Amino acid sequence: MAGTLFDTVWDTHAVRHLPNGHTQLYVGLHLVHEVTSPQAFDMLRARGWTVRAPHRTFATVDHIVPTRQQSRPFGDVMAETMATALEQNCRAYDIPLFDLPSGQQGIVHVVGPELGLTQPGMTIACGDSHTSTHGAFGALAFGIGTSQVRDVLASQCVALPRLAVRRIDIDGTLPPGVTAKDVILTIIRRLGVDGGNGYAYEYGGDVIDRMSMDERMTVCNMSIEGGARMGYVNPDATTVEFLRGRPYAPQGADFDAAATRWLALASGPDASYADRVRIDGSALAPTVTWGINPGQSVAIDEPLPDPAALRGADAVSVTEALGYMRLPAGHVMAGTPIQVAFIGSCTNGRLSDLRNAAAVVRGQRVAPQVRAIVVPGSQQVRAAAEAEGLDAVFRDAGFEWRGAGCSMCLAMNDDRLHGDEMCAASSNRNFKGRQGSPTGRTLLMSPAMVAAAAVAGEVVDIRRWTR
Amino acid sequence: MTASASSRAHVTGRLLVLPGADIDTDRIMPARFLKAITFAGLEQHVFADDRAAARAAGLVHPFDVPAHAGASILVAGPNFGCGSSREHAPQALLRWGIQAVVAPSFAEIFAGNATTIGLICAGIPPEAFAAIAADASGAWHLDLDALTLSRGAQHLPLQLPESRRHALRSGEWDATGLLLDRYDEVMRVDARLPYFFTASRNA
Repeated sequence: MAGTLFDTVWDTHAVRHLPNGHTQLYVGLHLVHEVTSPQAFDMLRARGWTVRAPHRTFATVDHIVPTRQQSRPFGDVMAETMATALEQNCRAYDIPLFDLPSGQQGIVHVVGPELGLTQPGMTIACGDSHTSTHGAFGALAFGIGTSQVRDVLASQCVALPRLAVRRIDIDGTLPPGVTAKDVILTIIRRLGVDGGNGYAYEYGGDVIDRMSMDERMTVCNMSIEGGARMGYVNPDATTVEFLRGRPYAPQGADFDAAATRWLALASGPDASYADRVRIDGSALAPTVTWGINPGQSVAIDEPLPDPAALRGADAVSVTEALGYMRLPAGHVMAGTPIQVAFIGSCTNGRLSDLRNAAAVVRGQRVAPQVRAIVVPGSQQVRAAAEAEGLDAVFRDAGFEWRGAGCSMCLAMNDDRLHGDEMCAASSNRNFKGRQGSPTGRTLLMSPAMVAAAAVAGEVVDIRRWTR
Repeated sequence: MTASASSRAHVTGRLLVLPGADIDTDRIMPARFLKAITFAGLEQHVFADDRAAARAAGLVHPFDVPAHAGASILVAGPNFGCGSSREHAPQALLRWGIQAVVAPSFAEIFAGNATTIGLICAGIPPEAFAAIAADASGAWHLDLDALTLSRGAQHLPLQLPESRRHALRSGEWDATGLLLDRYDEVMRVDARLPYFFTASRNA
């Protein structure tokens, strides 16, 4: 039985089997941000340890940064305290920090790939569940908690149970208007928000093969929303070309040698999987969530479920979600009014996402009752977008053009929903209260769909968008 | 402090039943309470928004039921702790006084985080969960040696991966000491990795 990329990379980084059955896994790249690290550094100091591998540790500030007024000190005292703590810790332990003045700050899962830190065959850990994003490069990338951040700082290792690998093939060709976001929302809906528990998801098939790295990152990013701690795509020519010339990628002849090594990591055609799933990409439709977890989604023209037709726990969940969202059973999402539109996040805040959204809004106006913001995933994304005039497209249409950060995905800065506002969002979670208002409502969809919803003032079937 | 602080194999106390599947960590600990550089005081905010919503609806959230004060075992629905990797969620439960969570299933990162701080996450079959939901009163004893949750002569079976059970029983749930042990082996792995980072920080 031939192994998968997962097996190869796991075994390369396995230090030993611990008495409890976990593997002690070496972490090749540790990414750090301001929310989940301060307590870890404190624990490190309290125990008299130090940072074992600062050369494999990189930090940025993303969750709490304001996206409008970024001068220091920040207006929010706690945001300033957290940013300062990260700066002090990075200085104390000689950890490179991509801070606001660097021009390289941004959401940690956007920054790693764009700087070429994220490479095939690595193990990548970060105190953030969306670390699965980096799996798009054929890395084993996973979120950890703060005590494990402490473990990695102190030992450059984590103790983890080995995962089974589920191969998910997306065959065929995506119809017009159907994006990577619709692919992953469909996967989560089909397999469940806990379907990936105990698994790493290996994504493949024609649709994934043809995807850009940005699109693959969107898919891998939301693996965790399906319960899979890791998701990855085997490296190919697309992966190699993305990394060529990136600052932290190997250069010159070293790059060619690395590329050869990377391509050899891919799971072979005879690789053995614990489980296989096939989804016909040609049959997918633009997809939008209607509920309070990312598995509660429908095709844009498909009626919402009716709890009366369901039994037991399903009926309870659907009733709770419809009640919170104030949507009736049988409702079709197209035409649902929105008050807020948010384009950004580690799921869909990269340059291609902004291009797709800008193509929809060019020459249009945001509906008068809608508050619409664009938050680039990183300072580099923002600069690249401005270089091609996308900021003007958004501004002319009435969007606010912001600085880089996590922003309204989880509302740890001052970008948030108010009351029970309905928000069309290109982010990753529609949990109750996720966007900062305990009664706020989130509809997850692709960036182009968010853009169209902002203009129309209601959820739109992008396939029928003809302005 | 040593790595093996203490065994966590037995919890005795009252149950707190929290109905509903897929309770995410944003609900356990809303993001605005993550704006801090310590975990101190998080217990005050556990389920803050759900509790406020219940009050606004004239209901009482399970964490506000007076009889639940001092409960040490939380019984929850399937896929408990899904979503964000924020350790603030299990930290808040532990600091509130919960020593074990019993549920049909757990999100993986949550269960890992909980174990790392000595908070037990034990699985329970759906029928046993239903039995508890019907009547959770009285004093219960959770026993990771016997893998049971018991009240008097009533014994419900618990399940958890042997690795987590071992970590909690042996007191090795805080893994750092284990990971620093035999560090020469770690250095050998580091030396054989084909990648490292050479770009300057001004790259």
